[in-house]
Amino acid sequence: MTIEGVFNIEIQEAVDKAILLHGESRSELIPILNDVNRALGYLPAEALEEISHRLKSPRSSLFSVASFYHMLSTKPRGKHVIQFCESAPCHVAGGREVWQTLRNLVSLEDGETSTDGKWSLITTSCLGLCGVGPVIVIDEDAYGNVKPDQIADILAKYTD
Amino acid sequence: MKTIRSMVLVSSDPVSMERGGQSVFDNLQAEIQKFGIQDEISITQVGDVGRHDALPVVIVYPEAVIYGPVLPENVAFLVEEHLYKGRVASDFQASQKELTGKIAWLNARKGTMPAEQRIVLERAGIIDPTNIEDYILHEGYQAIGKVLAEMTPKDVMDELKNSGLRGRGGAGFPTGLKWTFVAGAKGDKKYVICNADESEPGTFKDRLILEGDPHSIIEAMMIAAYAVGSDEGYLYIRGEYALAQERVKIAISQAREMGLLGKNIFGSDFSFDLHIHSGAGAYICGEETALLESIEGRRGEPRARPPYPTTSGLWGKPTLVNNVETLANVPAIIRNGAEWYKSFGTPSSPGTKVYTILGNVNVTGLIEVPMGITLREVLSIYAKGMKNDATFKMAQTGGSSGSIIPASLQDTPMDFDSFQKAGVALGSGALLICDDNNCVVDLAKVLQNFFRKESCSKCNPCRIGNERAFSILENISQGTGTMQDLDDLMLISKNLNELSNCGLGQTAGTPVHDILTHFRAEVEAHIKLKVCPTGVCQMSGIRI
Repeated sequence: MTIEGVFNIEIQEAVDKAILLHGESRSELIPILNDVNRALGYLPAEALEEISHRLKSPRSSLFSVASFYHMLSTKPRGKHVIQFCESAPCHVAGGREVWQTLRNLVSLEDGETSTDGKWSLITTSCLGLCGVGPVIVIDEDAYGNVKPDQIADILAKYTD
Repeated sequence: MKTIRSMVLVSSDPVSMERGGQSVFDNLQAEIQKFGIQDEISITQVGDVGRHDALPVVIVYPEAVIYGPVLPENVAFLVEEHLYKGRVASDFQASQKELTGKIAWLNARKGTMPAEQRIVLERAGIIDPTNIEDYILHEGYQAIGKVLAEMTPKDVMDELKNSGLRGRGGAGFPTGLKWTFVAGAKGDKKYVICNADESEPGTFKDRLILEGDPHSIIEAMMIAAYAVGSDEGYLYIRGEYALAQERVKIAISQAREMGLLGKNIFGSDFSFDLHIHSGAGAYICGEETALLESIEGRRGEPRARPPYPTTSGLWGKPTLVNNVETLANVPAIIRNGAEWYKSFGTPSSPGTKVYTILGNVNVTGLIEVPMGITLREVLSIYAKGMKNDATFKMAQTGGSSGSIIPASLQDTPMDFDSFQKAGVALGSGALLICDDNNCVVDLAKVLQNFFRKESCSKCNPCRIGNERAFSILENISQGTGTMQDLDDLMLISKNLNELSNCGLGQTAGTPVHDILTHFRAEVEAHIKLKVCPTGVCQMSGIRI
């Protein structure tokens, strides 16, 4: 089987699972997109096509929703997604220095994915962990009170 | 029968977990087993307890000793010393937040933080949030029992109106009045919605309530549904709050199992069920009409008002939307009465307020105190002063859209009306404290960048105004600003406020307006002298 074939099966499975869980209803669109995005790492055009077909809702309206919410991505993302909180509480607590160091260490700008597909770097608004700012979230792991000299060690935990 | 002599609570919020909170819990269990005292000691993982200076935290009751930060390797010693031998292991105690100064309402509560008055966070950090029985043991579901047995919907709303409770999401609208609007609206189907899309930077009080005491919100929503005549509710929880969603999910299924949610609750005519709706990352969805759009599966773009959600909300039906903290007050008011509630806070703003303390202070974290405490009191008592003995320069209250308060307003009582009189907004309760190493232009730039990105782009004043304000501030910070820019910023701020469709745009110009009002000289130095007085802005744009 071709790589595309395997990928299509994965997409089909993710969409089926999400629609089975939430129901074939237009009002369940955001939970469905959330689940598919989590399973595949992003929302490939094929997945949106399939969901549009199943929910009998135009593709344009699905794309408009998918592009609105920060947690949904219509572009492929790296294996590990680094989110850096750029809101004021983290900024005041030393966020600027953390951001400089982080950017230099992964050699990426906001919104970029590394060529080897390992890292994506995105800035985000407040994650609600302000008591321990500056905050970095990698995949589902939150790191609080981050100091610039700790970032290399944090990144080194992600070896694959 | 087992007699429990000590109760041990271990924090399990995301940051504690990252710092080995799970190993601390596992080691505690193992060590307690080793001493054979497992039948005498209960051990529970709880949500965030507000002590962010000392995570992971281990609290031992009844002594209410707080240990933190506790490392997995400290556990053996702690168990042997405190739980086995009964001596406080003072080396591992978290720094004390003792009180200074004399305050009339000082009503010390034995617990994590003295001199707080906890109503909405009464149980958070004390009960096991995944155990409905623990909630019931702590007066849980008593209020809904009282409501269904003794009160008419009108009684409930009267009690709430008498209590003077005002919305804690930021606007301060009287809650009882809002309920009567929905109750009086025409329609056979009505919805009750809890707004837990807490995205205001610096605010995480709702997360703590949901993670630490999820049943209190379910109970409050039941009471609201009974009062306004609804049988279906939604909890809209922001997508980033995975743990809160998980805890609420567990709580809902436990409540269903016990017959607290579903048809004919307690054998009455009242039926009610709840759904969780997860957000997907959008600040704007905290605006109530954008939230409704999002539940209906669309882009979170605010609707034009009127009609207000109270008459035409979710799927066109009358809908009550309340913030988490607002709802968390309701069961306590019903249990103890409006008079009791009014004994806290100020006459115009009764009750307590949860504040999150952030920024350049010695102790960051969360407190619940009566309305009307001043910023100076918060700073000296709870925040333990500025970090490195720096000078207080300004505070931002209420998140990104909040007001910038200079040192001269430090003694204004923090309640809705006093703040309004002083021309500032209380907002959501975030208190971002900045010392004199912070540059006002830099801060304004960060805030405007936030609005630029979070604007839903539906209406022009907000979409264009925030972009433009950001680029002007960027110019000023690089030394290429002009004096005309200051007038432009004031005009943008005014237009945002007067012409935007929703609350996001209407408040997006507040910080820059406040900065130009209180710190104009510092901004002008960037333009006239091409100097950033604090040395934060790099004047790369200067051509010599």
